[in-house]
Amino acid sequence: MRAPLWRRVALNTAGVFVFLVSAFPVFWMVSTAFKPNGEIFSSTPHPLPEHPTLKHFRFVVDGSVAGVSFWDYFLNSAVVAIATVVISGLLALLAATAVARFRFRFRTTFLILLLVVQMVPCEALVIPLFIDLKRMEMLNSLVGLIAVYVGFALPFGTWMLRGFVAAVPKDLEEAAALDGAGPLRIFFRVLLPLVAPGLVATSVFSFITAWNEFLFAFTFLKDQDKATLPIMLQFFFGRSGNDWGPIMAASTLLTLPVIAFFLVVQRRMVSGLVAGAVKG
Amino acid sequence: MLDTAQPVRRTPGRDTARPARRRRRPRSGPYLLILPALVVIGVLLIWPVVQISRMSFEKVGVRQLRGEPAENVGLANYRQILGDGFFWTTFRHTVLFAVVAVAATLLVGTLVGLLINRLGRRMSAFVAGGVLIAWATPPITAAIIFSWLFGTTGGLVNWFLDLLPNALVGSGWASYNWFATPLPTYTVLTICVVWMSFPFVAVSVLAGLRTVPRELYEAARVDGSNAWHGFWRITFPLLRPIFGVLLALSVIWDFRVFTQLFVMSGLANRDAFNLSLYGYSEAFGSLNARYGLGSAIAVVLTLIVLIVTAMYARMVIRQEGAA
Repeated sequence: MRAPLWRRVALNTAGVFVFLVSAFPVFWMVSTAFKPNGEIFSSTPHPLPEHPTLKHFRFVVDGSVAGVSFWDYFLNSAVVAIATVVISGLLALLAATAVARFRFRFRTTFLILLLVVQMVPCEALVIPLFIDLKRMEMLNSLVGLIAVYVGFALPFGTWMLRGFVAAVPKDLEEAAALDGAGPLRIFFRVLLPLVAPGLVATSVFSFITAWNEFLFAFTFLKDQDKATLPIMLQFFFGRSGNDWGPIMAASTLLTLPVIAFFLVVQRRMVSGLVAGAVKG
Repeated sequence: MLDTAQPVRRTPGRDTARPARRRRRPRSGPYLLILPALVVIGVLLIWPVVQISRMSFEKVGVRQLRGEPAENVGLANYRQILGDGFFWTTFRHTVLFAVVAVAATLLVGTLVGLLINRLGRRMSAFVAGGVLIAWATPPITAAIIFSWLFGTTGGLVNWFLDLLPNALVGSGWASYNWFATPLPTYTVLTICVVWMSFPFVAVSVLAGLRTVPRELYEAARVDGSNAWHGFWRITFPLLRPIFGVLLALSVIWDFRVFTQLFVMSGLANRDAFNLSLYGYSEAFGSLNARYGLGSAIAVVLTLIVLIVTAMYARMVIRQEGAA
């Protein structure tokens, strides 16, 4: 039973419209990044760069902001994000295994705790965390920042991984146990390989959390050579005001890895957040 | 007794009896597994909440960073903010923004979800791909892109509004500054946040729609009801739990919006502050740091968010059954 033609045309037109509206801002960012200044500031906008140039990208990548090169910001961002992924992934896997495989007292309490703490507004926690790190003299270090990001990525990561661990059939572990494998061996040889896809999804999520984060990095890292890419972007934006070419080139460099990673993980994110709301 | 009890308990473990095997696992196991996570959550999320609650009753400044004890001032911080008209301005901004942004996000997201559900296979993948791009954009880049789209010189929106007939939109758009006063600033902020948040709603609604049996709609069509009735009689009741969760999450997220407003409008532009920017600015905005006052504002923000969170947690736990 197919819908009448006019209705299909209307639906598809609406679909194209939604696509355009959703993708346009990102398209405009990339397009601006490749335009020479004359086209960026012309009184009639050019949808696509007529004389595409890499000038703005070169300016960003070869240049420096506050005496620090783009690659140093990039390296800081990468170190922070990867450390966050590894540490929070490991801790989340342990906790998720406990919740999915054992029934124990306070299990429900722990689950509720996970749900609630991931909603605590980080904007509210920035003051005490700043003071603590200041007193511990860790304010200007990537280690302090990584610790905070692990804290923010962990509750959701555990919540998400829980479903993956629960999906691994228990029989497999029991069979391995019957063959005389110890708990550690079962964990590494049986559970870990089967949970790997879930671990990848969770890791991408933590990576994005750390890679995008602005508020804490901006507040904690006072030395520019410790700063991450969002700080560079903000600094750049504040300083060069209307120099949109380089700003858009820098934004593009920050955004594209995230969009690429996001494509990997989006299904899992929904099922993690709306967990339980959709049965099956 | 003890001497005999031990071996008896152990023997079935070596044996092939299954249930006994399972029971033999050390009882401290799960606690050891959640311990690291508990420590991290306790130190980095719960302890700071305790601290802001305490600091909101104290006078905390730069000196306290060096370890000087803070002076307890009782309710003075709360009295100061609640008696200050400016606090209520930021409060109004926060609440009005959340109401408008949440309503728009849910409306747009639901419509897009319903639309994608009715498209053919290829077209729906195409549209979902576009929606995903909006979802994946980092908040800081989104804020910068929208600052550029609504820019005063060379901004696309001003160009377009200037092109439209004056009778329709008025004149003088060519050099209009969107970030000079709160209302236009929040208009841009709302568009930006709705653009970033509707994809999550759309994809969730879509996931829910895929679980609704098609026969229900066919039966409704035979009964002569149209799409509007179909939505309110079949889709909405079935997806009610999803809408509940989406509503709670959207409220939580939009109440605490910080980065986008910070980038678009900044700390210098006090007129456009919301609660989170106000709290931040009291603590970090000037050399005379007022951490206590900032904490009191943060406590107000946290309390509002936690009330909504409690509703959210209840919904999720109830849907998961015994969790």
